[in-house]
Amino acid sequence: MDEEYDVIVLGTGLTECILSGLLSVEGKKVLHMDRNDYYGGDSASLNLTQLYRKFRPDQSPPAELGRDRDYAVDLIPKFIIASGELTKILVHTDVTRYLEFKQIAGSFVYRDGRISKVPSTEMEAVKSPLMGLFEKRRAKKFFEFLQNWKDDDPVTHQGVDLDKNSMKEVYEKFGLEPGTQDFIGHAMALYLDDDYITKPARNAYERIVLYTSSMARYGKSPYIYPLYGLGELPQSFARLSAIYGGTYMLDKKIDEIVTDGEGKFIGVRSGDETVKAKQVIGDPSYFGAGKTADGGKLRVVEDGKVVRAICLLKHPIPGTDDSDSVQIIIPQNQVNRRNDIYIAMVSSTHNVCAKDVYVAIVSTIVETQHPEQEIAPGLQLLGPIYDKFVSTTPLYTPVGSGEADNIFITRSYDATSHFETVVEEVQDVWKRVVGKDLVLKKREVAVEA
Amino acid sequence: MSKQFQFKLVLLGESAVGKSSLVLRFVKDQFDDYRESTIGAAFLTQTVTLEDQTTVKFEIWDTAGQERYKSLAPMYYRNANCAVVVYDITQTTSLEKARTWIRELQRQADPSIVIALCGNKSDLSARRQVTQEEAKKYAEEEGLMWGETSAKSGEGVSDIFTAIAKKLPQTAAPPKAGGAARSGAAASRAGVDLNKQSNALGGQNEPCNC
Ligand SMILES: Cc1cc2nc3c(=O)[nH]c(=O)nc-3n(C[C@H](O)[C@H](O)[C@H](O)COP(=O)(O)OP(=O)(O)OC[C@H]3O[C@@H](n4cnc5c(N)ncnc54)[C@H](O)[C@@H]3O)c2cc1C
Ligand SMILES: Nc1nc2c(ncn2[C@@H]2O[C@H](COP(=O)(O)OP(=O)(O)OP(=O)(O)O)[C@@H](O)[C@H]2O)c(=O)[nH]1
Ligand SMILES: [Mg+2]
Repeated sequence: MDEEYDVIVLGTGLTECILSGLLSVEGKKVLHMDRNDYYGGDSASLNLTQLYRKFRPDQSPPAELGRDRDYAVDLIPKFIIASGELTKILVHTDVTRYLEFKQIAGSFVYRDGRISKVPSTEMEAVKSPLMGLFEKRRAKKFFEFLQNWKDDDPVTHQGVDLDKNSMKEVYEKFGLEPGTQDFIGHAMALYLDDDYITKPARNAYERIVLYTSSMARYGKSPYIYPLYGLGELPQSFARLSAIYGGTYMLDKKIDEIVTDGEGKFIGVRSGDETVKAKQVIGDPSYFGAGKTADGGKLRVVEDGKVVRAICLLKHPIPGTDDSDSVQIIIPQNQVNRRNDIYIAMVSSTHNVCAKDVYVAIVSTIVETQHPEQEIAPGLQLLGPIYDKFVSTTPLYTPVGSGEADNIFITRSYDATSHFETVVEEVQDVWKRVVGKDLVLKKREVAVEA
Repeated sequence: MSKQFQFKLVLLGESAVGKSSLVLRFVKDQFDDYRESTIGAAFLTQTVTLEDQTTVKFEIWDTAGQERYKSLAPMYYRNANCAVVVYDITQTTSLEKARTWIRELQRQADPSIVIALCGNKSDLSARRQVTQEEAKKYAEEEGLMWGETSAKSGEGVSDIFTAIAKKLPQTAAPPKAGGAARSGAAASRAGVDLNKQSNALGGQNEPCNC
């Protein structure tokens, strides 16, 4: 360990692995460490033994759940938006050759006590109970307006300025009912709360376009998912990093972030060894998250909490046409909350559990002292729950930007249902670490003999 | 029509035993005295044609430095049809390391995986520390294939890969375009291809032209 590196990366979560991979491709000498003996950190997928060890250290998994190795249970519930930014990174870096993806079979939304499919075809839309006949006509006009929008063609603007008019004003222009607004803002634009309504409509417009183009890409839902679970994503980027010369050390205790008199980064100490590098990137857990101070210095602060319940079911979720995978969104207004409740379910189709087992994760941003009660409306939709693992996780955000001390800390994985914010985070950290925008270059194609 | 099969082959073994050199010899028939670990290749492929004209395409995964500190990802082993565990005949410790890899494979990998134990650097037999008898005996006990090679002279290299090709069960599905070979995966419905041009409407989200 006496070599000196350009960058040490701490933690093998998805954000860190993408950064590590891209930095190695860029030619940086990277040392990537993790205190755990598995890849993925908070974005790992666990087998049954690991799952029980994490949540119920005193209990071993029941035999009737089947083989340990058939399981890859995600710790954070997220899907990949088909036309989103993560897909672009996956394709550009060519890590798609390590991965195989399947569609998520359907996206559902909760309305007036029941769930309905977000239509993915015109047939489904015409039959959808989500809107009455007249409302459907109004909605059609609204979607046509968005679809036809061209920035440089004022005729398509119909008097709307996306950068000035709020989304509320746009909804009102088309006379959309509150229920339709909930549907569009939460089930399509994927906002977690209603703050977007009073803001300029541009962002909502972009999100709806992203949703519909992703829906159009493969047909059933706007989401795709990697076989063997989300934990495959960090692993594939770690391999990219290793192939470009990155060195991996798992199961390595990190005892200290060593700094000089001015607080600038020098290296990382593990036991009595210290590895030096110019910069360090890491997830909040390596920088005092959960503790008041790390060597007297506060580096990360808590910024809300998320409650997640990993539920093992022996049946598909009722009312979803026996779909092998779904997302269900419960818009906040429907259950008198400020934040939406999400359900993400996958199954053996995605090689994440034994046959006839379904893994559903119910999650939301915590608003009260009783997080588990907050997700009750989601749990109720699942039918009988075979087993349930509930956790409340703080979300951490760094205090400094890292430019002054060469310590770059990433944010915790948020409550959104997809990876768009993870990619934003990657771009943001990259810019601070490298000093320029992340530009995805085409990779050399591997030698084919 | 001759039959075609595709298999995923993983390399394992202590650092500097010659894993990357073996692949380089097998795939490109080259050798380099001062080579650094493979950089920039996701995996290499090479095809072996058997006597009955069956072709076996190997998709070869090299460890790319992740094994140095025992940090291989489960993804590396997943769906591997065969493994070549390499030791250096001039280093007794490298055979010890090979044994731990074999135990790891027996624990983690698919039970049907074909494992070959490979003693490399046979051109350096003057400095031999591991006898053929010792290695062969161990291989027989564990039910492994065994052979000695020299990535430098090329001796034994194609033999070991051909022997593996013959031993692999030729029942697997024909090669899939792009992506790793997935043998055991009972794919009930087809996956999606991210590299395919998107058919998104409107042209706002242009697929990346790569
Ligand atoms: C609840 C609902 C009711 C609809 N009712 C009708 C109808 O009565 N008559 C009709 O011709 N079309 C209706 N549509 C729209 C229709 O399904 C098509 O989306 C529309 O014709 C545009 O086709 P497209 O192929 O360009 O799809 P895109 O514009 O790419 O649409 C893809 C997605 O956009 C969303 N979407 C599009 N239009 C609507 C809409 N009007 N309301 C809500 N979401 C929408 C859906 O999620 C759809 O899957 C409805 C859609 C939905 C979701
Ligand atoms: N004499 C001799 N030298 C060899 C042979 N095979 C490899 N070497 C040399 O051994 C050294 C290590 O070879 P590599 O192929 O890089 O070994 P590796 O197992 O891939 O090492 P890591 O990538 O570090 O795990 C190089 O200097 C090679 O030139 C061989 O058959 N004979
Ligand atoms: Mg090598």
